[in-house]
Amino acid sequence: MTVPTEEIAAKQPVAVAPPVGAARRGAALDVALARPVVIAASLVIALVIPLVVRSFIAFQLTQVMVYALAILGLNLLTGYNGQFSLGHSAFYGIGAYTAAIMMHRWDITYFWTLPSAGLVCFAVGFLFGLPALRLQGLYLALATFALAVAMPQILKFGPLEHWTGGVQGLVIDKPDPPFGLPIDADQWLYYFTLAVLVLMFAGATSLVNSRSGRAIKAIRDNPIAAAAMGINTALYKTLTFGVSALYTGVAGALGAIVVQFVAPDSFSFFLSVSFLVGLVIGGVGSIPGCLVGGLFVLYVPNIAESVSTGLAGVVYGVILLIIIFVMPDGAAGFARLAAARLAGAKQPHTTEGRLP
Amino acid sequence: MELLLQQVMAGLATGGIYALMALAVVMIYQAIDHLNFAQGEMAMFSTFIAWQLMQWGQPYWAAFAIAVVLSFVGGVVIERVLFRPIHNAPILSSIVAFIALFSILNSGAGYLFDYTIKEFPTPFGSKPFLGITLISTHQAGMIGVTLGMLALLYLFFRGTRLGLAMRAAAANPESARLVGIRVGWMTALGWGMAAAIGAVAGVLIAPVVFLEPNMMLGVLLYGFAGAVLGGLTSPGGAVFGGFAMGVIENLAGTFIPYVGRELKLTIALVLIVAVLMVRPSGIFGRRLVVRV
Repeated sequence: MTVPTEEIAAKQPVAVAPPVGAARRGAALDVALARPVVIAASLVIALVIPLVVRSFIAFQLTQVMVYALAILGLNLLTGYNGQFSLGHSAFYGIGAYTAAIMMHRWDITYFWTLPSAGLVCFAVGFLFGLPALRLQGLYLALATFALAVAMPQILKFGPLEHWTGGVQGLVIDKPDPPFGLPIDADQWLYYFTLAVLVLMFAGATSLVNSRSGRAIKAIRDNPIAAAAMGINTALYKTLTFGVSALYTGVAGALGAIVVQFVAPDSFSFFLSVSFLVGLVIGGVGSIPGCLVGGLFVLYVPNIAESVSTGLAGVVYGVILLIIIFVMPDGAAGFARLAAARLAGAKQPHTTEGRLP
Repeated sequence: MELLLQQVMAGLATGGIYALMALAVVMIYQAIDHLNFAQGEMAMFSTFIAWQLMQWGQPYWAAFAIAVVLSFVGGVVIERVLFRPIHNAPILSSIVAFIALFSILNSGAGYLFDYTIKEFPTPFGSKPFLGITLISTHQAGMIGVTLGMLALLYLFFRGTRLGLAMRAAAANPESARLVGIRVGWMTALGWGMAAAIGAVAGVLIAPVVFLEPNMMLGVLLYGFAGAVLGGLTSPGGAVFGGFAMGVIENLAGTFIPYVGRELKLTIALVLIVAVLMVRPSGIFGRRLVVRV
């Protein structure tokens, strides 16, 4: 399945931008300058929030960041490489169980579990990417779906119970803030997750803008042309699968530490569907959009529940449909459009923030 | 040997359900080029309509016919109102719209008809079929109806102008439009037909799995898997795939020691993925050739 994106459309108007009036060029420049300012401002706000809100909200926002990271993993694979996956709940689950087993059985400090979870998931993702090479679109969706269905059953599987705790799952302790910092455990986890998030978002940004990133996107846009250009498509596709699983696995490990509990049925196929919905709502092929996706995944089901308990599913579906109708390209597409309108440009894609 | 035969028969009997669903899945895939994730929920809703009509005193066949007609209209309306406006949206956005429809129908049915499990009558009776205890007359009737519908669909798509127009609209919308086919209405018609087939499937499946809002979840998964195994471009392949799913599931549960019963869905899926490794477009599917 090729995921149509704005990349191709974006390149053409940018290429012809210079001869147009100075006013519009100024607007484009403003947007380019605006990006670091927006990032810095968001970071400051993110740092202040847990100090002014209740612990529970800090806890929820931590989960939002965890989901955003998982969605980013899916985005790298689907949005940037054009490979469809319904199996990311499995990678999330593997990451979560890696962290839980290390902390519960071996008493390893929580922050060491993240790189291990990432590595384990990278290996599993890379290996899964090998058979996936032969499959496309809906056939790939079915193969990844098999992974999602298998995961809870494998985690419950009798002989592994010594490790996984079976149906009951594993309970882990909440880490305390270090160095005697005057904050509570929820606030500390928020800051810890924020740090991981910023690091991994920066990593993903530089990956997609690098030479490898261009190869990954070229495979999405046209695999045959990419191969003709000398890109090793098999290698890049499997590596992208691995990196994607790594991101989602780290998110899973963080998620386990945050909720202090893992059980097989939290990693069902429906989690994959949530990630997919978050990906589309945030914007396919947009890194900041993943945060919007995370907010949606955590808050909208709760909002639907509070509107009407009996009709929660209907309310959720209607909200989802309205969003798809209003912004078919997700929040990121909507933001681009809004920015273009504000900048006074007729072409919606000219102000993507890159200069010729 | 006798155990094997028995299990194959039982597998074919449940496979009939999956085959019916796989057929509906492939139908809509042919018409709109998307997999409808809400297909099972649409079928479930249609079945509830039939049930409600019977509660109001309609005889079985009248309720059946009215439910099928209403489903056809409902399918057309859903296409016109919900999916027509976003037909240019990226494919992932349409998938999310399907998920939204799934959620609305599932929760709506639960609200209107509540979640208690209801019995559903069968027109075929439930005695053993020709003396075989593992397969009931209902299941035999269901398999018969599946094969009958397959034959009718084949004749419709191969033998009528409308069927040809629908195939053209799905295969190449732009050229189809140029020769005067109203592509938009062909898509709507495809939705209507898929909804009607779904209604037939739901009404036939309900006596086996019982009527409740989540009745189609498992069936749809097996139906999808069967459709993909057989090849999404081939209705006959989908029916084959559905039957194969039923047999594989049963045999894995019986003959693979230790893991079989717990992991039978997983084993079935892994087998399918293994088949797809060899034939990436399904057993009977056409390979798509892409022009660069």
